[in-house]
Parts: sequence; C-alpha cells; structure tokens
Amino acid sequence: MSFGAAFSPGLRFAGPVFAPADAAAAGAATQPWRPGLSALNRRRLANFRANRRGYWSLWIFLVLFLLTLGSELIASDRPIVAVYKGEWLFPIVENYPESKFGGFLATTNFRDPANRDEINAHGWMLFPPIRFSFDTVDNSLPTSAPTPPSWTQSVDVRCSAYPQQTADADCNWGNMHWLGTDDQGRDVVARLLYGIRISVLFGFALTLISSVVGVIAGAVQGYFGGWTDLVFQRLIEIWTAIPSLYLLLIISSVIAPSFWTLLGILLLFSWVALVGLVRAEFLRGRNFEYVAAARALGVSNVTIMWRHLLPNAMVATTTFLPFILSGAITTLTALDFLGYGLPAGSPSLGELLSQGKDNLQAPWLAATGIVSVAFLLSLLVFIGEATRDAFDPRKTFS
Amino acid sequence: MSGALLSVENLRIAFRQEQGEVEAVKGISFDIPAGKTLALVGESGSGKSVTALSILRLLPPSATVSGRIAYKGNDLASASDQALRKVRGNDISMIFQEPMSSLNPLHTVERQIGEILAVHRGMGKGAARAKTLQLLADVGIPDPAQRLSSFPHQLSGGQRQRVMIAMALANEPDLLIADEPTTALDVTVQAQILTLLKSLQARLGMAMLFITHDLGIVRKMADETCVMTAGEIVERGPTEQIFAAPQHDYTKHLLAAEPKGAPPIANTDAQILVEANGLKVWFPIRRGLLRRTVGYVKAVDGIDISVRAGQTLGVVGESGSGKTTLGRALLRLISSEGRIAFGGADIEQKSWREMRPLRKDMQIVFQDPFGSLSPRMPVGDIVGEGLALHFPSLSAADRDRKVARALEEVGVDPERRTGYPHEFSGGQRQRIAIARAMVLEPKFVVLDEPTSALDMSVQAQVVDLLRELQRRHGLAYLFISHDLKVVRALANDVLVMREGKMVEAGPATQIFAAPQTDYTRALMGAAFDITTAPAGVVSE
Repeated sequence: MSFGAAFSPGLRFAGPVFAPADAAAAGAATQPWRPGLSALNRRRLANFRANRRGYWSLWIFLVLFLLTLGSELIASDRPIVAVYKGEWLFPIVENYPESKFGGFLATTNFRDPANRDEINAHGWMLFPPIRFSFDTVDNSLPTSAPTPPSWTQSVDVRCSAYPQQTADADCNWGNMHWLGTDDQGRDVVARLLYGIRISVLFGFALTLISSVVGVIAGAVQGYFGGWTDLVFQRLIEIWTAIPSLYLLLIISSVIAPSFWTLLGILLLFSWVALVGLVRAEFLRGRNFEYVAAARALGVSNVTIMWRHLLPNAMVATTTFLPFILSGAITTLTALDFLGYGLPAGSPSLGELLSQGKDNLQAPWLAATGIVSVAFLLSLLVFIGEATRDAFDPRKTFS
Repeated sequence: MSGALLSVENLRIAFRQEQGEVEAVKGISFDIPAGKTLALVGESGSGKSVTALSILRLLPPSATVSGRIAYKGNDLASASDQALRKVRGNDISMIFQEPMSSLNPLHTVERQIGEILAVHRGMGKGAARAKTLQLLADVGIPDPAQRLSSFPHQLSGGQRQRVMIAMALANEPDLLIADEPTTALDVTVQAQILTLLKSLQARLGMAMLFITHDLGIVRKMADETCVMTAGEIVERGPTEQIFAAPQHDYTKHLLAAEPKGAPPIANTDAQILVEANGLKVWFPIRRGLLRRTVGYVKAVDGIDISVRAGQTLGVVGESGSGKTTLGRALLRLISSEGRIAFGGADIEQKSWREMRPLRKDMQIVFQDPFGSLSPRMPVGDIVGEGLALHFPSLSAADRDRKVARALEEVGVDPERRTGYPHEFSGGQRQRIAIARAMVLEPKFVVLDEPTSALDMSVQAQVVDLLRELQRRHGLAYLFISHDLKVVRALANDVLVMREGKMVEAGPATQIFAAPQTDYTRALMGAAFDITTAPAGVVSE
C-alpha cells in the first residue's frame, strides 16, 4: 500500500523521488540475485532483519514451534521404536494391542513394568527423553500430586514410590518431572509442550480463516462501495458492539466445546479485525487508473479484486497478522482458564494457569504458566513489530 | 560575482540512499541580476526543482548540499536557521506547482496572506487586511473584499495560484522563485498567470528564477536561460540567442521536440465506426438526510459525435469541460443517456456482461503512466491480461509471443517484459499502456491525454508512435487533450467542448485556420502564443 505512494502521480520532484526505484533496480544488478525476491522485498527483508529483537524472536518462535510440532518425539508414554522378538515396531505411530506382548488389553501400556520387562527380555525399546505424554498419570509419585520438580528432591525421595526404590529400573532420567506435576499427577513439561502446540496451531487456524473471511468481506465492501458498504458497515458495528467474551461463554456452555467448534465460535467475532483495513485499501484502490484500464479490458470484478487490488491490501494485512495471532492465542487461553475452552483433559496453557491459581501451594505451576504465556505472546508481538517496520516505507532511508 | 542578486557557485546536491549517494545536481553555477528573470529549463529528473529548493534550504534531511549560494553576498548554504528564516518569505519567496496543496485548506484567504504580513512585518489586523486587499487586487482577483473569507477549495485553480502569488509578493521580495507555477493549470489560465507575473515583475522590479520544462514559456518570460540535463547546466545565455542559435546537442534536441507532423489525410467516405447522439452524463447532486437530488453536474450535456474508421477526432477544452467523461461514456465505462453506436449497432442498452466481447475492439489509454499500470504486476502480465480474457484459446506461449510483438511494436524491449512498471521511465510506461490497448487489435481507441504527463521530447515520440500505429492498423482514435499542439499533429476533426457542451466542431484544418468562436480563439491564443483573452471568454 504505502510504498505505492512514492510513485503517486502528484509528485513532480521526479529526480530524488523516483531515484530509489532506479537505484534499487541498478543495485539489483550488482547484488547477488535472489530468485523470487524483488528489490522492494529485499529491502523489506533487510528492514525486518534490522529490527534485531523481532528477527531473533522469529527464529526462537520458529524453533519452539518446530520442537512442539514434534512433541511426541520429546514427551510420550510410548517408545519411539522397539524391537520385539526380531520384529521392528514403531509404537509412536502405530497402536499395538497388548496381546502382542502376552497381555489382554486393546492398547499396550509400555510404562507397565510387566510389558516393559517382557519387551526388554526379547529385544529393546527406545523411549523419548521424557516418558510422559500430556495425559499420562504418574502413579509412582513420592508425595501426593501436585509434586514439585524432581530436581529439587534427592534421588531417595524421588524414587521412594517405586517397588525397588533407587534400584528400580524406572528410577531414571526419563521419568523425572522437570517442572513437577499438576494436581492430577501429569507431567508439566509434557503438558506445556502439547499445550503450546495446540495454542499455536489453533491461533494459526483462527488467524488464517478469519483473515480470509475478513479480507473477502472488506474487499466486497470497499470495491462495491455505496449501499453495500453502508449496510455492511452498520451490521459490523452492531456485531462488534456485542460483548463477545460473554457470548462465547454462553455458547460454549451450550455446545460441547472441541477444537473445531471452539474455532467456529471464536471465528464469529475475530473475522471483523481486518475488514476495516482491507475496506479502506479497496476504497482507495478502486479509483486507480489501472483498475479503470482493467475494466476497459472487460476484466470481471472478481479478477480485478484478486489481481489488481488485493496485492495492495496484502501489506496492511500481513502487518496485522502477528497481532491477530497473539490475540487468538490470548482468547483461547482465557477461555481455557475459565474452563469454557478445550475439552477437559486437553493440554492447554489456560488450563495450566487455572491449575496454578487453584494450587498456590505449588508455585511451579503458576510460574510455568505465566512465564510461558508471557514469553510466547512477547515473541509474537516482537515479530509483529518487526513486520510492521519491514513494510513501513518511511523506514527505508533511516 | 559582484552585482548579482543571487549567485550560485558549484552547487552539488546528493541524496543518501541505501545503495549509496545519488547525485542529483553536479556542480552548477549561475547568477541572477536584480530585476531580471533567469529560467532553468530541463526535463523531469534534470535536477531543476531540487536546485530551486536548495536555495532556501528546503530539501529533506537525506540531501547533502555543497557549494556556495550567495544572496547579496551572504552565503545561505552556511547561514544559521534564524538568519535563513529572515530571508525566507521576506527577501526570497517561492511559488510552487500545485496551488491546492500549497495552501492550508483550513485557512481563509485573509488568514493565509495576513499571517505572512503579521510574522514578517508585524502588521496589526487592520493594516494587514488593507494590504491583503491591495495584494489581491494586484494579482487580479475579482471582487477581493468578497474573497477574503473564502477557503482554498472555493477558489478555482487559477485563483488559487493567484493567491499563492499574492502570498509570495506580500513582503515585496527581491527574488521570486517560481517552480513550474503553471504546469498544473489550463493553458488559458497559464497564459493569464504568466502575463500577471510579467507585469508584477516590471512593476516591483524583482528578480525571478523560473523553473519550467516548457520552452514556450521560457521564450516568453526569461531574459536569460540555463538548460539543465542530468544535474548539469549544458548551455546558458540570453534567451533569444539560445532559441536562435542553440549550441549544445541537448538544447537542439529539446527545441526540435515539439510535436510535429500532420494527421493522415481525412477521408470523409470512411465508414462511421463510433457514433453518439445527444449523449448526456449527468451526475446527481444529493443533499440532506434523505439524499434528495437537488440538481445535476452536467459533465456531458447533449453531445453528438461520430468517429470514422482510420480517422482521429480530437476533443479539446479546458479542464472540467467533460472531455474525459465523454471518452469514458463512449466506452460504456460510466452510465450515460443518449444513443451510442459502435460499428453500426446500438450499444447503449447493453449490460456489462454483454459489453465484454466488444471490449477488445474498443480500448483506452490513460493520461497518467504511473497510475495506469498495476505496480505489482510484471509488464508482460499487464499487456497479456486482455489477451487471456478475450482469446482464451491462445496457448501461453502464443500469448507470450503476442505480448512480445506488441511491446516491440511500441518500442519497448520485449526482453524486459518480466520487469515491473517502476523499472521503466514515464515515456516507456506510456508505451506499455499503449501496448496493452494495441495487443487486442482494437478498432477504436480513446486516448485520454496520453501525452500530458510526459516530457516534451517524449511527447513528440509518443505522438509519432500513435500516428504510426494508426496508419498500420487503420485505427480510429478519439484523442482527448488540452494541448492543442498535440491535437494539431494528430486530429482530422476537432470537437471543442466547454462545460459539457459542444462549442465548435469541424475539420481540424478549418478550426485551426479560422476558429469561429471566441472560446476557441482564446484556447489557441493561449496555447500557441501564450496570450490572454478578454475577461469572461475563458475560466479564471
């Protein structure tokens, strides 16, 4: 959007004003050519990098996100790979009935000492570094749940609940609770990993869908203008005047919440965030002469909106996305905290915070929840700031 | 140099950019004696405006200026901000190209001018008011007492420029810097403003630095002329000498750049391709809560035209006369009343969808080559967009071949079709816009001021290109322009418009040789000789 202003017809100081583009074009010849990146986008990338806080935040966020995407490889109650009687098994992706190992249950509990000994006697198995999933209840806790982080306790205390105490095969690193357990004896690190994953994925899904809906709504309003615009704007004003959190609470207490129903409910209110921006861009853009030229060619309205106007609106939209993402994560966390969010037992940051509130005697719960939520949201805001800088044409020459 | 009012020596201006410095002015020197006019002429990008701005140190902080700018012996380049403020608006004042954006839209005329008098001369309210009235009368604003309480949007373009001049003259400066003061105005208004400046200069005895790209203005206004290109002065001397015996190749090139040539021979037997009878475009004026229509802006008010195959109809008139609206209405881009026929068939009732197959036969080229190309699409895609729509059976390779051929035909290197519009100069962009229209092989093209935003020498090239394309493909043009020189070089027939109505129409040769109405005569006087018409004939 904004960079186009530098090429606006009103400017007559052709020399200095147009020089950036010429110089950029000339510079492109000397700089190493990057496929798919125009001079403008190269400058934006450079501007993004110049904001070091945002740049590093992006890397940290990406690493964190990739790590949590592979949560099963870090924290799971199933082995990643096992060899049993010469057969290679991958319990992490496949569900083996217990009958395979001489039991009778439909699923195998690999943490069960009987199964563990059976497999180790006829082969071996490799567990992830943390041998708990988000819903694994540790039945061998030394004290009643919530238990403090294992490293605060001596080995004797930590392993006191195992049948053979410190000599037990389960008294190992994999069974340690690095951040303690919650009030149901579930490992906090595992719940945190899975919780961040579901929060971020939920945030991405919500951001993506609400952006698509918002951009379409804004585009239609801005492009057609007149009565369409007037009526839609009033409807949106009424819609946004509804206190959304209370309505969300009511709806989610009627409909049994799941990942997808919750997404749908939140979508009802989040799509309006981008409408105003996109509408303004389209209102401005529809009077450009190249739009008139496209109309003279007989190009259809949808094509004009998609090909000629949307690129203008994308800068404003992109700049806004990280903030929408952090907003979506905040909303989900808030609902989970109040108990109206994801189904009970799901790993979530809000549920962790709520446990922290209920168990003030176990400060590791509240500390983990607060620090991780604050950290995650800060990263997203920093990334958003850097994105905003990157697309700011006035930053170019500073 | 002694004796000169303003003396600029070895002025260099560079702009900091991320790829290093870009030098806009490369060591120029000139002197302006008191009471004389010096013109800086050059095409866009030559550094003339930057030079003007540097004199009062009005450049953005990214500019580095070196050299000496001596005003009455004091170096302005190294003067303190305080000393500079005393000079600005007091000894040296400036008028800019765009009068609308140079005036504060929230201040009345009285306040705009009175503020300067109060700041620089410490005048009281009553004295300032009397002086303002006198200044407005000096710059030829009718009924100045009435105009004191007007806001800029209530004035016409010419009146705004007059107010700007009144502001510049408020403190009786010794030097007036005029940076393209008439470029944004109609030819008729331009003539009035230039005549006014000339008479004011004679009366007040001030010096003038006149920045322009228009050689006709230079010849009329300047005592001495400096020709600038690419940040350097390539030729200087008394104006008559430069026009009579130009020395430098660039000056010769500029002087030779007037649009020349004649349109193809008129053929009154050619088939009528586009015809309109009683064409009306009225925009309703709505007021009040219920948006009741209280009146109409009659942009086009009952025009009859016909354009013959292979011929050009020129439409001329001042801005606001409805030329552009007429062109767009003929293409059914805006709704209108009255009969429009294309190729013998009535099209005024056709819906947008029904019009679509016809669009490839009727195309339009716009004035602004910066605005008419989508900044985020490669040039090849811009030109090929219509092809994909109207010839869907064409393979991608065939389409690409056609695009390349169209670009080649308009003189743009087809190898560059993957580039984006901002990588091309103004003239090249206009060629690309022409290629976009021509690639569909239309029968009828509306050219809406296609040369007005271009430099003089580029203008002539584009006119030649258009004529060549017309000859080769037998195109019919509706050529809309306020520039009669260009119209003379292209049009077989001319339609003169004023306030939506036809003033005069007929064969171009006849209209140019013997205009029948005062309005046409005034337009021509202003365009060809920069003379003003008696009051009331044209707008102010």
